[in-house]
Amino acid sequence: MYRYDDIDRQIVLARVEEFRDQVSRRLSGELDEEHFRPLRLMNGLYLQLHAYMLRIAIPYGTLAAGQLRKLAEIARRYDRGYGHFTTRQNIQFNCIRLEDAPEILAALATVDMHSIQTSGNCIRNISSDQYAGATADEIDDPRPWAELMRQWSSFHPEFSWLPRKFKIAVIASDADRAAMRWHDIGVQLVRRDGKLGFRVYVGGGMGRTPLIAPLINEFVPAEMILSYFEAALRVYNRYGRRDNLFKARIKILVHEIGVERFSAEVAEEFQQISRHGVDPVPAEIARIRASFAPPAFEQGLPETIDRSDPAFTRWAERQVRPHKISGYAIVNISLKAPGTIPGDASASQMEALAELAEAYSFGELRVTHSQNLVFPHVRIIDLPAVWRGLEAAQLAHANLGLATDIIACPGLDYCTLANARSLPLARKLGERLQPREQDLGELQIKISGCINACGHHHAGHIGILGVDRKGVESYQLLLGGSAGEDASAAAILGPGLAEDAMVEAVATVTDVYLAERQAGERLLDTWRRIGPTPFKTAVYGAVNGGVDDRSAGA
Amino acid sequence: MVKLLTGNRLHGGEVIWWDGVGWNTSLRHAAALAADAGEAIRQREAVGEQINDLALIDAEEVDGRLRPLRIRERIRGYGPTVRPDLAHAGQDYR
Repeated sequence: MYRYDDIDRQIVLARVEEFRDQVSRRLSGELDEEHFRPLRLMNGLYLQLHAYMLRIAIPYGTLAAGQLRKLAEIARRYDRGYGHFTTRQNIQFNCIRLEDAPEILAALATVDMHSIQTSGNCIRNISSDQYAGATADEIDDPRPWAELMRQWSSFHPEFSWLPRKFKIAVIASDADRAAMRWHDIGVQLVRRDGKLGFRVYVGGGMGRTPLIAPLINEFVPAEMILSYFEAALRVYNRYGRRDNLFKARIKILVHEIGVERFSAEVAEEFQQISRHGVDPVPAEIARIRASFAPPAFEQGLPETIDRSDPAFTRWAERQVRPHKISGYAIVNISLKAPGTIPGDASASQMEALAELAEAYSFGELRVTHSQNLVFPHVRIIDLPAVWRGLEAAQLAHANLGLATDIIACPGLDYCTLANARSLPLARKLGERLQPREQDLGELQIKISGCINACGHHHAGHIGILGVDRKGVESYQLLLGGSAGEDASAAAILGPGLAEDAMVEAVATVTDVYLAERQAGERLLDTWRRIGPTPFKTAVYGAVNGGVDDRSAGA
Repeated sequence: MVKLLTGNRLHGGEVIWWDGVGWNTSLRHAAALAADAGEAIRQREAVGEQINDLALIDAEEVDGRLRPLRIRERIRGYGPTVRPDLAHAGQDYR
């Protein structure tokens, strides 16, 4: 893992002291809220419905056991004993006191963590594949490149006041586990003629206008990616809409001027910038890469274990994925057990996970955009012990990728922007669908409490959007989205529904799927093949169901 | 329609309600206000900025209790509905 050097540490500590002074001046009345608000947001501190919420970056989703232990300590000491993992590989604490915030940031700094750039119109936490460095299908470890981008984007003076927030994702395999094309910039590491480079997609995003990022450059040499980013962001800074909040994201710019012109503008800028020495020298790339050297994997380990315990076998078949090193496995930890809140972990669970990571995964964990966690490097012979440890912490639920593995934003239970609650609906859907989830197979349900789409409803096989209908919570049903390498935007199926009606509507959608599916088809595949009409007819009745109003997706 | 005056305390961020004399963390103690009287208190309490997001909200009286009209405000008064263990005792968000 990357560890801060002295310069990193000094920067973060200076920022903590700066914020301590700002908080002190706000509490004394020297600073008014209008001037203080952007300062606290720059440090990831939001005022939500019930209290302040602190968002902490987990760069590219990589977390050390000691860091998780510190997060548990913060949860217990400064919050109400739990934290919430988000869809952008961050963690949020929902009940923070302003006067405690500087101490929390100081505590985070002791384990090389911070909240800088987790809010505001700047480049946010760089996200990546949770299996980085562990999966056999990657052509290179994306984390050194993500770390390079993190360092480049941190406090970048030219990109601290962009037209809107800016999100970057990095992957290194054809399988997209990071919703890469739903980002402002998504890049995929590729190899061409033996050279490492990036395939660059620009202009994806969810929110009010869901757009999947188009390809703007087939190959940018890896060592020149910062120049290319700099060029793309400079074009965005120049032409991006600052006059209209709803049109300010780069996706609108790319969509309005077209991929061809945008690419040409970036290419022209790139020609200029690439001569200016923005890109790192090979020694710097090597220095960062050394931080991500593989752990001391053992050779010749057995690849099989006793599977006579059916509960263990059920868990292992669902939650364990192959590792690139023989004798090792990737373990996925579900934060979606029945009745729980998607993405929430208690302080005790965090401590248990830290202990297990130290014992069995080289002290390392990952956070996924699906609000689950991962032990990236576990010896196969240790899987039973890991399973027992997870069971003891009530974290051994086996539902990865199934209908109850629901993504949900905090919604109106916590968020001041939300129109409707996401979490109770997720809970009810989980209860309703659990009996049939094995039969349903891979099914991604994603719930957002408002159009900002933190719950990624546009990318759900089944997406649900909470809306406010004259002060009453209502929900729109969408079908056909995907966050993977077959990315697509879900389409609205019909009029909004109340919470309980939505639970039944989703169950009805799964009924249609079970009746119509062909061998090997996921619900998404069936929807793409047969279109919305059968689903619409079943959910809304024959009267309104005959019209094919598919507007996106397939 | 009656009004309630509410906001979030600066230091801790907790939700507070005007109870007729001062600020209270329980919606059960909130005072029903006429719009003009409520606005006068809102303006007075805004001085010094010790409370964020000060707002007069619509409410109705149901079974002898004041109930904010919007569910958003009822959840502010109750707490996260998925965590009744963290919610205000004796409150109802419905």
